[in-house]
Amino acid sequence: MKKTYKIDVDCANCANKMEVAAKGTAGVKDANVNFMTLKMKVEFEDGADVDAVMQEVLKNCKIVEDECEIFL
Amino acid sequence: MLAQMTQKQKNLLLRVVASAVMMIVFALLPLEEYPVLRFALFLIPYLTAGHDILRKAFKGILNRQVFDENFLMAVATIGAMILGEYTESVAVMVFYQIGELFQSYAVGRSRRNISELMDIRPDYANIEEEGQIVRVDPDEVETGTVILIQPGEKVPIDAIVTEGTSTMDTAALTGESVPRTVREGDEILSGSINGAGLLKARTTREFDESTASKILELVENASSRKARSEQFITKFARVYTPAVCGAALALAVLGPLGTMLIGGQPSTAALWGDWIYRALTFLVISCPCAIVVSVPLSFFGGLGGASSRGILIKGSNFMETLANVDTVVLDKTGTITRGNFEVTGIHHSRMEEKELLELAALAELHSSHPIAASLRRAREALGEYVPDAARVRDVREISGQGVVAEVQELSVNSPVWREVAVGNSRLMESLGIEAAPCHSTGTIVHVAVDSVYEGHIVIADEIKPGIQEALSALRDAGVDHIVMLTGDLRQTAEAVAAEVGIREVHAELLPGDKVTQVEQLLAQQQKGRTLAFVGDGINDAPVLSRADLGIAMGALGSDAAIEAADVVLMDDDPRGIARAVRIARKCIRIVYENIIFAIGVKLICLLLGALGIANMWLAIFADVGVMVLCVLNAVRTLRE
Repeated sequence: MKKTYKIDVDCANCANKMEVAAKGTAGVKDANVNFMTLKMKVEFEDGADVDAVMQEVLKNCKIVEDECEIFL
Repeated sequence: MLAQMTQKQKNLLLRVVASAVMMIVFALLPLEEYPVLRFALFLIPYLTAGHDILRKAFKGILNRQVFDENFLMAVATIGAMILGEYTESVAVMVFYQIGELFQSYAVGRSRRNISELMDIRPDYANIEEEGQIVRVDPDEVETGTVILIQPGEKVPIDAIVTEGTSTMDTAALTGESVPRTVREGDEILSGSINGAGLLKARTTREFDESTASKILELVENASSRKARSEQFITKFARVYTPAVCGAALALAVLGPLGTMLIGGQPSTAALWGDWIYRALTFLVISCPCAIVVSVPLSFFGGLGGASSRGILIKGSNFMETLANVDTVVLDKTGTITRGNFEVTGIHHSRMEEKELLELAALAELHSSHPIAASLRRAREALGEYVPDAARVRDVREISGQGVVAEVQELSVNSPVWREVAVGNSRLMESLGIEAAPCHSTGTIVHVAVDSVYEGHIVIADEIKPGIQEALSALRDAGVDHIVMLTGDLRQTAEAVAAEVGIREVHAELLPGDKVTQVEQLLAQQQKGRTLAFVGDGINDAPVLSRADLGIAMGALGSDAAIEAADVVLMDDDPRGIARAVRIARKCIRIVYENIIFAIGVKLICLLLGALGIANMWLAIFADVGVMVLCVLNAVRTLRE
């Protein structure tokens, strides 16, 4: 399953960091952060609890870039 | 400019200005006598400008995400503070923040520009409820609902007009600025803007499936497919920063040690200070922002600028492929020609042309052949014509040759019936009538009346206007290998090719042969050069996907074409092909300009820094100046 989220982040490199962090979260099959459109596309693994996974993704993103936001 | 800034940007601007003013004032004050006061005073602008950078760098270390630009800046400025270079330290911070502010402003502006250019997202739909017009969310409108479109409003959902006449401005969708007239029964696409008339229309799709939503989705997804150069930059940034930090550390330690051992100089604070200063300069120069920001920004601008001209490029990777195109393979029907057969000439007719056409059209009245249809259309276009079945009798269709029928002359009441034979030269031969040869291209329809030859009608597929111009524009853009493929007869194909100026033609191809043909052409391609296939998306999906780059033309409203192609030209103007190539070339050129310029300047400055020639001010230029120049260059992609 794929979902797209609006995000807010200040710089292109920070967006890359968010992408890496999201990709590394359990339950996420693949993630793509688009700095230009400020969107994060997440592909979840089968049977993953989307809300719980996204909470984790947000937490991991905050670790690498504390001024980022994902609008869940 | 200020009005367009976000609150965050305004705050940053204020901080930057305040610290810059303080820095200048303190630098001018005679503070040399009071080192502690001087330090305390300079600490104020330093922290004003850079407290968030320091915090981020610190958090990065805690989270084991050490090497990023915050870390570079924190180490460089703290180091400069320790060395007593207060002004430089504050200046580095201030200019770094100016750079950040500039980039965030530029990115925000590009975002806004593109969303303005792509202003096709409908906000509401009008429906009639109990005689009242109600505005609803277009998402909630079911297929088959009648919606109202008022003058000047955007069509929210794809629909068929049921009432009213108006004009449609499709500029935002296709880049075509001439409005199209629509009336009952015509399809209107979401995202177009209604002219002066009030329209009622029945929706044919759901909002999500409508043209505007599809296009927006495509545009938004485009920059997710990253180009090779973008992937390179991401990887580059990942190894680059740690490498530079290592080099700086080596410079700070090995530099003085080397000088002591080789030069035999004693270990002094001044010597160590000098090399540490060089190492710090090194750190400031090396900040990778210029490239990391400008490359994705260039692609974003290029993709956005192209979409606003009706050219949808489905990803940054296709931008690269498009820029390297040197072979364009065109499908004839639908790309070079319109794909509808029209009467293009009537020759050797002794009777009035209109009359000849009328007799032929009547004889072919019951035929479903496309040729028959175009004869009837041509006669109808001349007016005053009643296609009355009562005027035709005794119709004999001769397979593969034509039709012989008795047709009532002039009008329904005429007493004169004439025997009309309409068909190819074989029909004339079998009737023993001598037909005049014709040198025009297309299908020749001979007409004989009462066994007397009365001339022939030429029916041909119309060549699209602007095709010659499109091809010469392609050649100007460096695409020198242009090939035409078609399922048509060789003679027709070669005539069309000669008219538009294409030398290489492969005719009489079955749909499967086109794939084979493209594969053969692909095998001849030079490495690094790409082949684009241009089709209308009808029956050529396999070829579109087999070529390096599939370009679908006139794809507006055709989901299959949008699906199969890598580049979608919304209208069917062939000039769009060269335009797309030009946009892609420009975008890629800017990307490489920025990469080469940024890395080049940085390498030179790094070298100067290591040799001790570059000071902190040059380092600031190498960092912020280069970034600003790269961003300014990148935003050029928005314009053609």
